[in-house]
Amino acid sequence: MLITRFGARDMRVYLLGIVLLFGATAQAEVFERTLANGLKVIVKEDHRAPVVVQQIWYKTGSMDERTGVTGIAHVLEHLMFKGTRAVPAGEFSRRIAAAGGRENAFTSYDYTAYFQQLHKSSLPLAMQLESDRMQNLLLSPVEFAKELKVVMEERRWRTDDNAHALLQETMMATIFQQHPYHHPVIGWMSDVESLTVGDARAWYKRWYAPNNATLVVAGDVRAEDVFALAQRYYGSIPRRSMARERTYIEPAQIGIKRLVVKAPAELPHLVMSFHAPVLSKPDEDWEPYALEILAGVLDGNESARLNKHLVREQQLASGVGAGYDSFSRGPGLFVLEATPSAGKTVIDVEAALRNEIAKLVQDGVSEEELRRVKAQVTASEVYKRDSLFYQAMQIGQMESIGLGHRTIPLMLERLQAVTAEQVRKVAQTYFQDDNLTVATLDPQPLSGKPKQAPQGASHVR
Amino acid sequence: MYVKTLIFAVLCCVASAAFATPRIQHWQSASGAKVLFVEDHDLPMLDVAVNFPAGNSFDAADTSGVAALTHHLLDLGSEGMSEDDIARGIADIGAQLGGSFDQDRASISLRTLSSTLERDRALEIMARVIQRPQFRGEVMSREKIRVIAALKEAETKPENISDKAFRKAVFGTHPYALPISGEVESVEKIFVQELQDFYSTHYLASAAVVAIMGDVSRAQAEAIAQQLTSRLPVGAAPSALPEVARIVASEQRIAHPASQSHILVGAPGMSRSDPDYFALYVGNYILGGGGFVSRLMNEVREKRGLAYSVYSYFMPMQKPGAFQIGLQTKKEQADEALRLVRKTLADFVANGPTEKELVAARQNIVGGFPLRIDSNRKILEYLSVIGFYDLPLSYLDDFTHKIEQVTVAQIRGAFARHIDPMAMATVIVGAPEVEAKQEVTK
Repeated sequence: MLITRFGARDMRVYLLGIVLLFGATAQAEVFERTLANGLKVIVKEDHRAPVVVQQIWYKTGSMDERTGVTGIAHVLEHLMFKGTRAVPAGEFSRRIAAAGGRENAFTSYDYTAYFQQLHKSSLPLAMQLESDRMQNLLLSPVEFAKELKVVMEERRWRTDDNAHALLQETMMATIFQQHPYHHPVIGWMSDVESLTVGDARAWYKRWYAPNNATLVVAGDVRAEDVFALAQRYYGSIPRRSMARERTYIEPAQIGIKRLVVKAPAELPHLVMSFHAPVLSKPDEDWEPYALEILAGVLDGNESARLNKHLVREQQLASGVGAGYDSFSRGPGLFVLEATPSAGKTVIDVEAALRNEIAKLVQDGVSEEELRRVKAQVTASEVYKRDSLFYQAMQIGQMESIGLGHRTIPLMLERLQAVTAEQVRKVAQTYFQDDNLTVATLDPQPLSGKPKQAPQGASHVR
Repeated sequence: MYVKTLIFAVLCCVASAAFATPRIQHWQSASGAKVLFVEDHDLPMLDVAVNFPAGNSFDAADTSGVAALTHHLLDLGSEGMSEDDIARGIADIGAQLGGSFDQDRASISLRTLSSTLERDRALEIMARVIQRPQFRGEVMSREKIRVIAALKEAETKPENISDKAFRKAVFGTHPYALPISGEVESVEKIFVQELQDFYSTHYLASAAVVAIMGDVSRAQAEAIAQQLTSRLPVGAAPSALPEVARIVASEQRIAHPASQSHILVGAPGMSRSDPDYFALYVGNYILGGGGFVSRLMNEVREKRGLAYSVYSYFMPMQKPGAFQIGLQTKKEQADEALRLVRKTLADFVANGPTEKELVAARQNIVGGFPLRIDSNRKILEYLSVIGFYDLPLSYLDDFTHKIEQVTVAQIRGAFARHIDPMAMATVIVGAPEVEAKQEVTK
């Protein structure tokens, strides 16, 4: 989950097919250097257009929050635009805009990142402003109070009034009992309401340091020039001793979990989430790569299994999806979802998804399906070079979750090496009921009157 | 520090003035289609889009949804290829077949590797999808059910409810008022014949605009354009859209259980060919288009924390599309936010921007110009728009110059001609403490 300071942004960047991958040739143009204060600087040279993107990634997200102060990582992200001594509130955005730039920020469970896209000549300006707010944020109580209201509106818009988002939030809180993925990135409303400027100060002081950040610059620049500029603007910011990262061991699930969310909507919806491993040793692990390919076989293209079988042939579902995220600091999930067709129920689509799982485990996947998914991986590696921003984003993510950007080309090789038997094996291992949470949206009429039939009760076949 | 800033400013202007725009080649294919092409070999890939004047404003009111369903079914079955053949054929070579659809334009787009094997196969499938669609009954029945389900779902969402009511209030009986995918009742009335008829009268070779961007030569591009259009239907262009009428003020409050009110305020705005295009564009940047630095953002969010998102835009279309201001805020403060929006708009129309605001807008739009054309995908879309709306081929070359020429007086004049703050349509979904569905005309 990734939320931004402004506007909706669908960044399901981990789904295979849109996963960011680029190979050895592109990777050869990536340079890195670590400043004495611990700030890691990574440069991706790309000379196609006279533009540049600067992204600064802090290895701190909502999963580093404690109970009672959820949402603080994201609130602080908003406050980063609210002024320093040298650059008063609102001035950051005005200066970037005056340079022709675009800028924003986003917070996820795992990290918080800020970016500017500009003409290459304005990189010094972007660095000057970004380095200033790494150390000099004012955090005035007046600005804090106003921005908290904005974040509450954001939560109402993003989650409270959005049936699918509520389902997602409740599901995560059910799947994870102890791990902080239990809490939504934006925070629980009553936590957000009770946050103080002191909480924001403590958060800023604890995490906003050069040795907890990665600076990614991509575009029409020379790496040596960028390193020199980075040294000039960020080099003097003192390193800080970082609190040791708290690790969590989510207790093993000991039986299937089910939950229902009632919210205004027309169509029911079903989500099946299985615990799954994430990548931790990119050169040794094989299961995460097999799970990525599995997601591609199920939902990587229009002819993939779920769409072909459930939507087109059986016509049980009006929409389907499969997703898996092999990169994260915390535990992973493999998610299957479906919206029943008119007259069909969540019971029908759950049965159909279980049938797909059974076929996978029993018969595995064909060489043809495997080849098709790999062809898409190869092609998207080329297509992604058309977007500077996403290339930088991939680097920043990999660094922030601890795998490092060198995992990117390695991952491409490892994905190509996945076998049909490995795909079958991971399906068998992880698609288990004891691993599963089933979340159902029970649609409610807008009038607030009770729904005519209990959910799942009508079987029109 | 002052000196440094000044130097950056100078460098920036020099640099953007010297920035080369892509060289657009242009010709008419033997099929009659118009072609725009940019040759670029930086990446081993090819982007192609074929655009038709076949958007939903060509729908009849009682069968609205025909245009969208025709477009939707193009890649769900062609002569000699089932929907599954098409999907697998495209996926096997890592290509991406897509499209976009709005009131004016239906387009089909392709991204493929430019290596011969992949490119030829991808274009062969695309050519078939565009020129030999088969609207199969069983596929259509299934997709109709899906479209109707989505329409019913949309009728529960405040953003969709407000959008639909707003369109109706702004465009009245003009086809721009029609919902993009039709209505539940109108979609139910669509059958294969309607799709075939719409296809053969709107997907015409003479009306097609082909945009090609990437790793092919001029000769290859010529062959591709011909391959994609030579077998298209031939016929007379459909009659032109009616003019969009001015509106009087209206206000609708629609009940909804959401915690926030969704507010839209607007009126018919400008067409693509409007002589005030650049003045309105720059003016709107200052009013509500410029992200965090706009007046609306400053008043509503930055000063008072009333909303997460607040914006305004002009949607330039063949005929004047909507001018629209939008925001969401909790119900209890909806009226306060609405008053503030109206006051901000009225002030802006009455007095125009300050000279300082104009300079800032110019700096952003001119300085940010390279970001508009920094990828093949963005350039492809410019090619489509330039060709489709008959904009000058020098549109990109002239862009920064036109922006730089806009004055405060021009913005004030352009807004006075187009936007009357006393004649706005207002829609509030999830309205506070007022009877549902009540319609007030002021």
